[in-house]
Amino acid sequence: MSAAALKAPQTSVLASADTREFVTLHIADQLFGVQVGDIHDVFALQQLTPVPGAGAEIAGILNLRGRIVTAIDARARLGLPKRPNGYAGMMAVGVERDGEAFGILVDAVGDVLRLEDSRFEPNPVNLDAMWQTVSKGIYRLDGSLLITLDIARILTPRNASAAPAEPVDH
Amino acid sequence: MDDLLAEFLTETNEFLETVDNDLVKLESDPTDKETLNNIFRLVHTIKGTCGFLGLPRLQFVAHAGETLLGKFRDGALVATSDTVQLVLESIDRIKEILADLEQTGSEPEGDDSALIGALERAAEGETVVASAPVPAPAPVKPPEPVVAAATSDDPTWDADLGRHLKPGEVSLAALEAAFMAAEFEDPLAEPAPVDATMTAGVEAPFEERRANPIARAAVIDDDGDGGAKGGRVADQTIRVNVDVLETLRTMVSELVLTRNQLLQMVRNSTDSEFKAPLQRLSAVTSELQDSVMKTRMQPIGTAWKKLPRIVRDAARDLGKKIDLVMDGEATELDRQVLELIKDPLTHMIRNSCDHGLEVPAARAASGKNETGIIRLNAYHEGGHIVIEVSDDGAGLNTARIRDKAIRNGLVSEEQAWQMSDQQVHRFIFAAGLSTAQQVTSLSGRGVGMDVVRTNIELIGGTIDVQSHEGRGSTFYIKIPLTLAIVSALVVGTADQRFAIPQLSVVELVGAGGTSEHRVETINNARVLRLRDRLLPLIDMAEILTGEPKDRSGAGEAANSEFVVVMQHADKLFGVVVDAVFDTEEIVVKPLSSAVAHVKTFSGATILGDGSVIMIVDPASVAKAAGVSEQRVDEPEAIDAAAVAKRKAAEEKTSMVLFKAGGEEPRAVPLSLVTRLEDLDAATFERADGRVMVQYRGSLMPIVPVDPYQAIRDQGDQPILVFSHMGLSAGLAVDAIIDIVEEKLDIEMSADRPGVLGVAVLKGVATEIIDVGHHLTQALGDWDDPGLEEPARHIVLVERNPFFRNLLSPLLRAAGYEVEAVDTVSAALLCAEYRKPTAVLADIDVDVESARKLLVDSRLAGAPVVALSGSRDAQAGDFAGLVRKSDRSSLLSTIDYISRARSAA
Repeated sequence: MSAAALKAPQTSVLASADTREFVTLHIADQLFGVQVGDIHDVFALQQLTPVPGAGAEIAGILNLRGRIVTAIDARARLGLPKRPNGYAGMMAVGVERDGEAFGILVDAVGDVLRLEDSRFEPNPVNLDAMWQTVSKGIYRLDGSLLITLDIARILTPRNASAAPAEPVDH
Repeated sequence: MDDLLAEFLTETNEFLETVDNDLVKLESDPTDKETLNNIFRLVHTIKGTCGFLGLPRLQFVAHAGETLLGKFRDGALVATSDTVQLVLESIDRIKEILADLEQTGSEPEGDDSALIGALERAAEGETVVASAPVPAPAPVKPPEPVVAAATSDDPTWDADLGRHLKPGEVSLAALEAAFMAAEFEDPLAEPAPVDATMTAGVEAPFEERRANPIARAAVIDDDGDGGAKGGRVADQTIRVNVDVLETLRTMVSELVLTRNQLLQMVRNSTDSEFKAPLQRLSAVTSELQDSVMKTRMQPIGTAWKKLPRIVRDAARDLGKKIDLVMDGEATELDRQVLELIKDPLTHMIRNSCDHGLEVPAARAASGKNETGIIRLNAYHEGGHIVIEVSDDGAGLNTARIRDKAIRNGLVSEEQAWQMSDQQVHRFIFAAGLSTAQQVTSLSGRGVGMDVVRTNIELIGGTIDVQSHEGRGSTFYIKIPLTLAIVSALVVGTADQRFAIPQLSVVELVGAGGTSEHRVETINNARVLRLRDRLLPLIDMAEILTGEPKDRSGAGEAANSEFVVVMQHADKLFGVVVDAVFDTEEIVVKPLSSAVAHVKTFSGATILGDGSVIMIVDPASVAKAAGVSEQRVDEPEAIDAAAVAKRKAAEEKTSMVLFKAGGEEPRAVPLSLVTRLEDLDAATFERADGRVMVQYRGSLMPIVPVDPYQAIRDQGDQPILVFSHMGLSAGLAVDAIIDIVEEKLDIEMSADRPGVLGVAVLKGVATEIIDVGHHLTQALGDWDDPGLEEPARHIVLVERNPFFRNLLSPLLRAAGYEVEAVDTVSAALLCAEYRKPTAVLADIDVDVESARKLLVDSRLAGAPVVALSGSRDAQAGDFAGLVRKSDRSSLLSTIDYISRARSAA
């Protein structure tokens, strides 16, 4: 679903067809959202096996019901500082790409929100270039902003994406 | 493609394999009624199904073939080699059409009238001549050019010659057509000309598989040809989709893991009511796992099905008589492995046919049966399957392989001569070495055995060869039973566990602490002394981080180390780990694409306790340990022949052992040292940035062995004194330890200047110092031979780099200009530029080539002095003979001979 499609003029904001469901995620102090249909499951991180030499964004691999899942460190991917107490107690969002299972490690998983398209805005132009590539756009919530994550982009290693990787101040 | 057609394709492909083999059987025994009936029935079935499915081309070809087979069956005709060839051609045509059908879903356009005509005429009893076997067998010959078409009704009639062709003769038109097809893409040509099929079938898949063996296997799975079973058990089998089996396997794996977890839980509670039922569950699960694993197993015979036909065709093409004997067809192995070895096996069989076996005349001449035998044998050995491919042909040509290996730069001349025959034979597995003198359509393009080796190593197997000149060669392929489960050693390092495939683990050695094995350090490179060999070591932690571990502080404090001795491509090396846990049968899971770039690991696995661990890739560890693949001198398993050869070439050398700039011992050959002195450091003078001492009435420069080693300024300083043209130089050392006489075998060559390498002396790893390097440093400015007399130029031919480095400074020190080379041809090249006063040539390794020096005009009659390490060597035609270790007689002989020459 492209940002352009989301932006298309809507006649009725109340119609359910013009709303989307998002799972909210907390990474550092920022609120993110992933479309419900994009994710397979959500699980608490139990055991993680690091893969030496795989780079900071790969937190490691883990066993999820007999399947080997590659864990992506969302903080590292977004250029955010590491958690002081390591990966312990993190949550993972299970997604699938090309038949491979990935888990995106986040600080916490929140509610499922149904959001009207009218609250949607494209990325602000002054958003960090690297975040521009992984964000599909922003929803204005009451009191906070929700960044919609592009799962496919998150799974593409940072050095492979076109945008330059710059540290972000928060 | 609809299901009916897919089913038909799978079934027919299986039938055709059987028909192929049965026809070959029939050819050797035309009276075998049962085989004939079987063939007839199968071809008839194919024909019938084709008619039902509306595939006219297939139907007509099959019908014509069936008619001919019918005549055989009725006894109206006797199957001959030529008629069988015709039927085989029709089978080939059917295969081609099937291949197209599989790709496009419809029958390809094409004209089979020539083939059908030939079959029909054969059925009517005319003498047929199967089209010429080389270079392009008829089934795929492009359609005859229009001009020839008028006469091409009768394939034996040749318009150009105006007569019937003799058996085996090729018509001009057919040849021309073949050439046209070969030269450019003829739009008229059949979709798959034979050369292309052959190339694609043999080489292209290799390339693909090299890139991604698993993906390739998956493609083959989709074809669904896997269910092939031997004809007799057909009734007791059902066809199951491979995907279903795969799912079943995954589920069982998970069941096993869950059971393990349960067992763990129950084990912790002392008295549990679950104990008994869990035990039963455990047993049933194990059995279930075994059974499911068995569904993946297939007899190796399924991979051999195509071989009789291939051998028959090859024999026909090459004009040889070949029998294929197969043993152990029932040996079972994983179907995935089976698919992966099919092509390498085919290639090896072709190789054996082409250049393993001799032509009948040559065989008869050497007293062998005209019919060569290729033997295939498969059997279980441990967790592996061994496949032997042997022929009773001429064997490998050791001399030619050695020559080729030297010329292609795979090995130095000196190394090559020290190798045993078997080590030389192994070069056939190196890239770019084809010994076939001529490239045939079958093999000899130089991409043969190395591709086979690569493919076999990809699936964790090994290949070796044993060959006896005149008696044939045997190839041994050792492959794991299955790729899905491997036995692995679980080791720990840096608080993490890793699995190392057991296949590459040779042994485990406890090092440090009270262990008899000690890890020694040479300039930060760690080695382990293991049964008098030096084993290079690499720390697991270094492999993982890619950075050298800082050992400066800790030293050898870590005393609970284990060394996993691993072997990769004939090279041994040790991997240092912190802990060794267990061996486990692990299920290999491929790495996700996100971490696939980490070359250190080949996969991951889930252990019984549910934790995930990484599987270490032995090849990348070998690379990290700096063990290159091409060098073929294995430390452990040196053949007796090589040992004997080496013994003959080496002798004991006296070495001065000393310490300098560190605790580790260093050594120089005693023969180079003029004197050992203890000089008062207070008398040292520093001038011109050097340290000097007034010694015996002249100034002697003193240089340290190690650039960082300080020369003392008080007390006694031990000095090794070397002489050079009446000038002396001193090498400052910390302490002289000993003088030993031992066999000098430099094990590892150093890349630091001033060090020749490392050798075991008195049981301790010792650096051998390059005296020449230090002499040049000390005497650099004094080195002006022009002052004395016109320099006498000596060419030293010595294959052994150690003796070369030992002798040249000696000769230089005596005032000669020395050109040290390793081969006779290089010496002759030197002589072209400057006539030597004398030539010193080693005669131990290759006396024949040394003799060439005596007669070559380029040397302009310069005297050739033989150089030998052996006490029994004879001077023969040489101007003189000196022993390598006898320094004084070497110098006096050279002096005498060269003076005699300048006087003359």
